[in-house]
Amino acid sequence: MTTSTLSRLYDSDIAWNFRHSWMARISTVTLLLLFAAALFAPLLATQNPYDISQLFLLDSELPPSWVEGGDPRYLLGTDQQARDLYSSILYGLRLSLIVGFASVVLAAGLGISLGLIGGFVGGMVDGAIMRVADILLSFPAILVALLVNGVARGILPPDQHADAAIWVMILAIGLTNWVQYARTVRGSTMVERRKEYVQAARINGVSGMGIMMHHILPNVLGPVLVIATINLGMAVLTEATLSFLGVGMPATQPSLGTLIRIGNEYLFSGVWWVVIFPSVVLVILVLAVNLLGDWLRDALNPKLR
Amino acid sequence: MLRYLMMTATAATMLTTAASAESLRYATSRDVYGLDPHASSDSFTNIFTHHIYEPLVRYDADMKIEPALATSWEVLEPTRVRFKLREGVTFQGGEAFGADDVQVSLMRAVDPKSPLRGNLPGLTAVEIVDDLTVDLILDGATPLLNNYLTNIQIMDKGWLEAHNSVAPIDASQGEEGYTTNNANGTGPFALESRRPDALNVLVVNEGWWDTPQHNLTRIEHTPIGSDATRVAALLSGEIDLIEPAPLQDAGRIEGTDGVHMLQNPGLRSIMMGINMGESLVDGNVEGNPLKDVRVRQAMYHAINMDLIRDRIMRGKSRVTGSLIAPAVKGFSEEMDERLPYDPEMAKSLLAEAGYPDGFAFNLNCPNDRYVNDGDICQAMAAMLAQSGFEPRLVTEPRQIHFKKVDNHEVDVFMLGWATLPMLDGFSVLSAMLATKDGEYGTFTPNGYSNPKVDELTRAVAVEIDEEKRLALMEEALMLAKADVAWLPLHQQPLSWAARDTVEIPQAPDDLVRLWYATVTN
Amino acid sequence: MLGFLIRRIIQSIFVMLTVALIAFMMFRFMGDPVNSLVAENATTEERDAVRERLGLDQPIWVQYGRFVARASTGDFGLSWRNARPVSTLLSERFPATAELVLVAAGLSLLIGIPLGILTALRPSSLSAQSLQLLSLIGISLPTFVTGILLILIFSVWLGWLPSFGRGTVIDIGWWSTGFLTVSGLKALILPSFMLCLFQLTLIMRLVRAEMMEVLRTDYIKFAKARGLTNRSINFRHALKNTLIPVITIFGLQLGGLIAFAIVTETVFQWPGMGALFIQAVSFGDVPVMAAYLVLVSLIFVIINTTVDLLYAVLDPRLRVDGTKSAH
Repeated sequence: MTTSTLSRLYDSDIAWNFRHSWMARISTVTLLLLFAAALFAPLLATQNPYDISQLFLLDSELPPSWVEGGDPRYLLGTDQQARDLYSSILYGLRLSLIVGFASVVLAAGLGISLGLIGGFVGGMVDGAIMRVADILLSFPAILVALLVNGVARGILPPDQHADAAIWVMILAIGLTNWVQYARTVRGSTMVERRKEYVQAARINGVSGMGIMMHHILPNVLGPVLVIATINLGMAVLTEATLSFLGVGMPATQPSLGTLIRIGNEYLFSGVWWVVIFPSVVLVILVLAVNLLGDWLRDALNPKLR
Repeated sequence: MLRYLMMTATAATMLTTAASAESLRYATSRDVYGLDPHASSDSFTNIFTHHIYEPLVRYDADMKIEPALATSWEVLEPTRVRFKLREGVTFQGGEAFGADDVQVSLMRAVDPKSPLRGNLPGLTAVEIVDDLTVDLILDGATPLLNNYLTNIQIMDKGWLEAHNSVAPIDASQGEEGYTTNNANGTGPFALESRRPDALNVLVVNEGWWDTPQHNLTRIEHTPIGSDATRVAALLSGEIDLIEPAPLQDAGRIEGTDGVHMLQNPGLRSIMMGINMGESLVDGNVEGNPLKDVRVRQAMYHAINMDLIRDRIMRGKSRVTGSLIAPAVKGFSEEMDERLPYDPEMAKSLLAEAGYPDGFAFNLNCPNDRYVNDGDICQAMAAMLAQSGFEPRLVTEPRQIHFKKVDNHEVDVFMLGWATLPMLDGFSVLSAMLATKDGEYGTFTPNGYSNPKVDELTRAVAVEIDEEKRLALMEEALMLAKADVAWLPLHQQPLSWAARDTVEIPQAPDDLVRLWYATVTN
Repeated sequence: MLGFLIRRIIQSIFVMLTVALIAFMMFRFMGDPVNSLVAENATTEERDAVRERLGLDQPIWVQYGRFVARASTGDFGLSWRNARPVSTLLSERFPATAELVLVAAGLSLLIGIPLGILTALRPSSLSAQSLQLLSLIGISLPTFVTGILLILIFSVWLGWLPSFGRGTVIDIGWWSTGFLTVSGLKALILPSFMLCLFQLTLIMRLVRAEMMEVLRTDYIKFAKARGLTNRSINFRHALKNTLIPVITIFGLQLGGLIAFAIVTETVFQWPGMGALFIQAVSFGDVPVMAAYLVLVSLIFVIINTTVDLLYAVLDPRLRVDGTKSAH
């Protein structure tokens, strides 16, 4: 990237808008911090909470280190299995974000491809894709995700449930969310397809695939980015909800949702840190994503300016 | 702020308790499977139906057998026992109780399709002598007949016939049995209404033949699956009695005015079964290392049960080396000794057996059956891992777990045994140690077979002399202990919680008998 | 109009057949239905007899046909978990979910629309800004965390409202209602509030966005120029145009409420269909899962078709071209 493109980017509307929006900046910084924490979780953590040989029951249910009875080795305290909560939250965050990003990538990939194909080819293919999309759209995401989950549980041998849990979650959430991308991309594609530059490219013998990749795709990325951001928040929440319902990540590999479910069982026993800290991190994560998504939508929507 | 909220909470609670004095609101972690007393061998379901239906003989509040629908019995021959039935008893529907009802009910319970058939072994026929006398025909001497009979409840013949329910419920017929949601017994309470998984209402049976020791007029039973919600319901005064009360919430419950914990040592022994078949279900080595007694001993040494008691069981469990609780016949002090916790010993035994780097296997546990079962297994998995094993933890709902146990699809698995309703060590011998054969060995771990244990078990089954029987039983149990056929863990505590207005004896079998409960104001 | 109606109905039937196919595949390929029905020690002959009785020896399209025929009469067989007819299980639990969802839907409209109008009319006021932020927090807070907090505050600390269940219900025919008793109504408050929170914020944000857009249109500007009062512009003209898309979204949201009732029912031990479905998922109880899927789909399809028809009545342009891309 050359200096001129950088300065062009700096002078662009979006960047100007970004520099003047408190919300956007705070949420971006928060998100970057959380992403970094998740990415470097193995380095930052003091314990690998998924390795059972590192859990020593003698240290169970210690309060956060600054509370009386706390242990400096365990910053945010430990749960009933002596998992270090600070490390568990880092690993849980990592899992939640892996599931979130992977399912968004899956959904976006599927949605963009189907949208491009539908919009560009039209006819029967388009009709079929859009009918499926209509059907899926009338089913709430959580229900479809539960159903995919239930089917996976029925098909996979039970011993593999724990290992397969993360893939099942990604698949379940990804398969639910592609419709919005497909609709948006299809709409834009149909508009772009009629424009002169596409017609010109066609006449010059550029293949359909080439036109879609080089000419149409770049023009629909803005709205796709907005959907992806909002979807990331929803995906993280869906994962947490499924784990809370006990059909997501298992107790031995807790995600944020699983940690909250386990902590909930101890709500009355005075072990508040087990439920409070993961909840706070989850809420901050989703809130930051949603704030960013909100801002991005407004910033990219010329009508609102 | 918090203190202020707490004080308001107490004040509000007082208001909510103004409900009718003799009505008891009772919550458990799950609902009964149904109201048919012969459709399940689940002890929670059976004790619930026991409020409506009654057996020939029953346990009193001190767990001694006393007459119920039978008034006396006499062993005419080892294979023929005569029961005199109580006169003047009527069912809640108005029908008179008699010998034909006993005949139909017992035969219904031992029908080949009945899940209760194993709970009354040896019964071949019931002969009616007169209207209030029956002979039970057995295929051999049955010293524990009366213990078995406490669990077999009597239904009305006419009522069963009228509703086409004489045969036990058969799920493969694709229909729901009438007796699943309707009930007509002779017991202290009658069914008013049932909403599965939501609310069961029982009302007092005014025409009960016995003098009530309770003062209840109405029982409202609500299943509340979530531990936290169940405790919340007790603390907020919406429920009078909860079972179980989570151990971790004992402090909170004791610290709240108006409610208290009911905790006592229990009868149920928790243990780990071990797959001793030809290969592991999910292993990474050839053959099955678990067949080697040194490997099983290594596992035993690796588990620190005292720590699990102190942390996960909040000091309330009784760590044991025995498969039966002290109150159960056949127990001895010697049996109760554990191999000490010694991770170094575990590692050296494992190395001696040829597995210095350990090996992988499945560790299967239910997560909704025993007190803190899932947590015990997680902690145990960590301890085993620290001694060189590679356990793969699988925790599942009870229905899936026990199906796998039945099918031998487990390597090391959790099982709890309270010897109900016999309260006798024979139950462990016959169901969990004898080689699988007909009624024997239902839960015996895959591949375990000790001919001497089998021989002793069969001798115990027919021995009428109590002293000799106990000696044989002890010998067999000690043999199995030396084999490390099972890894004993602990006897789990009874943990209920109630409002201070509720008075209820807590029997060691962990069964809630509300016909002994009183509510005061 | 008639053509539109027929097209919508054909499409609905197609949707239901697809859903039935998924349900049927679940039956056919998840676990062996025979094993779940016969006793463990059943002989091969007994198993074959059951197999034949269930029609499992027929070609697969015949089985699908039979499945659809049986499903359309509400017959889904027995639950694998507790051997009770699935149709009975669902009909016992349907009223609980229906009442919860209806109350939550009502609440989300009654609170969401006024808040949306408020934030649209004075977008830069402090109250509108903080409401906007609150609504974002509202959709960022996992519903189960909200539910747990509600129980802790209103049941355990304050002792005002019940923490679980439906309270006392009264049977009217097969329908059991909590609307007729004080305890039944009190029991509805916390769960329905938890359930409506997410939809409420969505409706509020939607009303705000639509209203702001409508207020910017020419005819509103024209109305202002004509000297109509603000009040009359806002409520007679702007609001009316805002509400049409709100109706559509609301229809879709009703489906969302039914799905999210699963979480609410789990937290509050609400004896509805959602709690039943979650049990079925964790036990792999296929008949219950399949039946729930078909029933809920049917409800969605009915709602969506009704909304579309309503929309067509309200918006004459649709009667001609039959698409719903307008506005």
